[in-house]
Amino acid sequence: MNPPYLHAGLPIPVACDLDKPYWDGLREERLLLQRCRACHRFQWGPEWICHRCQSFDFAYIEVPPEGRIYSYQRVWHPVHPALREQGPYIIALIEIPHADNVRLVGNLLGDPRQDVAIGADVEGVFEQHPEGEPPYALLQWRANP
Amino acid sequence: MGPRTLRGRSAVIGIGETTYYKRGQSPHAEFKLALEAIVKACEDAGIQPREIDGFASFSNDRSDPSQLAAALGCRELRYANMQWGGGGGGGSAAIGNAAAAIATGVAECVVVFRALAQGQHGRFGLGPQAPGVSGHAAHTVPYGLMSPAQMFAMKVMRFMHEYDVKQDALRAIALASYHHAQSNPRAVMYGRPLDEAVYDASRWITEPFHLFDCCLENDGAAAMILVSAERARDFKHETCYVLAAVAGSHYRAGAPVHNAPDYASASFKTVAPRLYAMAGMGPSDIDVLQSYENFTGGVLMSIVEHGFCQPQECNDYFKLDNLLAPDGDLPLNTSGGNLAECYMHGLGLNIEAVRQIRGTSTAQVPRVEVSMVASGPMVTPVSSCIFGSEATI
Repeated sequence: MNPPYLHAGLPIPVACDLDKPYWDGLREERLLLQRCRACHRFQWGPEWICHRCQSFDFAYIEVPPEGRIYSYQRVWHPVHPALREQGPYIIALIEIPHADNVRLVGNLLGDPRQDVAIGADVEGVFEQHPEGEPPYALLQWRANP
Repeated sequence: MGPRTLRGRSAVIGIGETTYYKRGQSPHAEFKLALEAIVKACEDAGIQPREIDGFASFSNDRSDPSQLAAALGCRELRYANMQWGGGGGGGSAAIGNAAAAIATGVAECVVVFRALAQGQHGRFGLGPQAPGVSGHAAHTVPYGLMSPAQMFAMKVMRFMHEYDVKQDALRAIALASYHHAQSNPRAVMYGRPLDEAVYDASRWITEPFHLFDCCLENDGAAAMILVSAERARDFKHETCYVLAAVAGSHYRAGAPVHNAPDYASASFKTVAPRLYAMAGMGPSDIDVLQSYENFTGGVLMSIVEHGFCQPQECNDYFKLDNLLAPDGDLPLNTSGGNLAECYMHGLGLNIEAVRQIRGTSTAQVPRVEVSMVASGPMVTPVSSCIFGSEATI
């Protein structure tokens, strides 16, 4: 298991009724995203109602953890004490072609000083945090070689 | 019934500001700062504070209008209005809300105000310190995305990618604010000029934002008083009419976790056409612009979305000389703005826009008839407003 991308001590994700299947899925190394049962469109972040057809009826559907870099930022200034010794890190906004191009926020693994190409293909990497209370997983991304 | 418009129905008769302090350094409580700015605006107008019958603010200002009305001896409270939305997106909207109340007879004399004392109430630019986060924040904070700069950087990065905008365009916006602050003794950065080399050498906060692309955080308060256009003509200052004030955002701009369909936007694409339609004007009529700098990239997209230049033209349009008073094509942030005068959630920009109509700015543009403000880019809702001189009525 690879070490986590960011130093320990940031707030951890706490599942709520709306997104529990997503967080449970990441623990099992599966990407599950919300799709409307009425109009069959994916939607993200997690929502109570379909923004297109206003149906309340959603399912969580498994999609391959493959994406494309939509945008990114390289953070240098730490705004949380846990990141004081982190140095630069990359936050990427990843669109998911298999899910109507909804976007997920994650980190781009590898050299934090790497050149980042918007539009590049990336693959998901499940980052397990068994030490979490409760344990959780994040979904990170790696540029395809 | 006449046309449904705010154009020319109300005017600003008084403006007031406290001393602007560095963040956390106000010697006064936030509520006292609010009172001080309002009293100063009354003095500027030549009215008694008790004549105020309405309050309008934004960004969840903590100074309660009933408490303010009691403290100021207001004979009657008729209007207590809060524009929803965080950041400075509500600055011009609060003016619109005041203007709407006056135009419809809901209130007679409305003060728009904003007060901030971060020493008393905590900072904006710090991340959450709780052990866990849930809801939408659970999908961003654990990845180290939590500050305002981080929330907006990827919009600007995407816009710069789509239109090949260079860092120099952002730099010109920062330099314009600092340049104008050097003639403004009220400015926190008065006496602290910025040049290209210092900008280039400054540290990154988060790419594409250098330190100087990011707004200040300050303590202080600002206020402006509006009455009906008919009544405004009896006051001593050059009458500054509200020609238009609108707010809003585009389709699903508020979709969570960075999923707005039109992502790389300042949120003005649907707002600007309504603004110009209400004013009966277009971008070529604007003599001077105050455009809210939370981050310079937001200013750039605001100016594009208000039609001053095409997105493909940014590298040519955003040159320092073009943005300076008195001679630039689009004099920008002539008080020093949020980057170099003070961050009062942008209400200082609206006050500067009034000064430009009055002819009393410290970086005055000659013969200003039309003065515009764009408030709070990249949040939702945003707002913008246009003020006009007597000649525009």
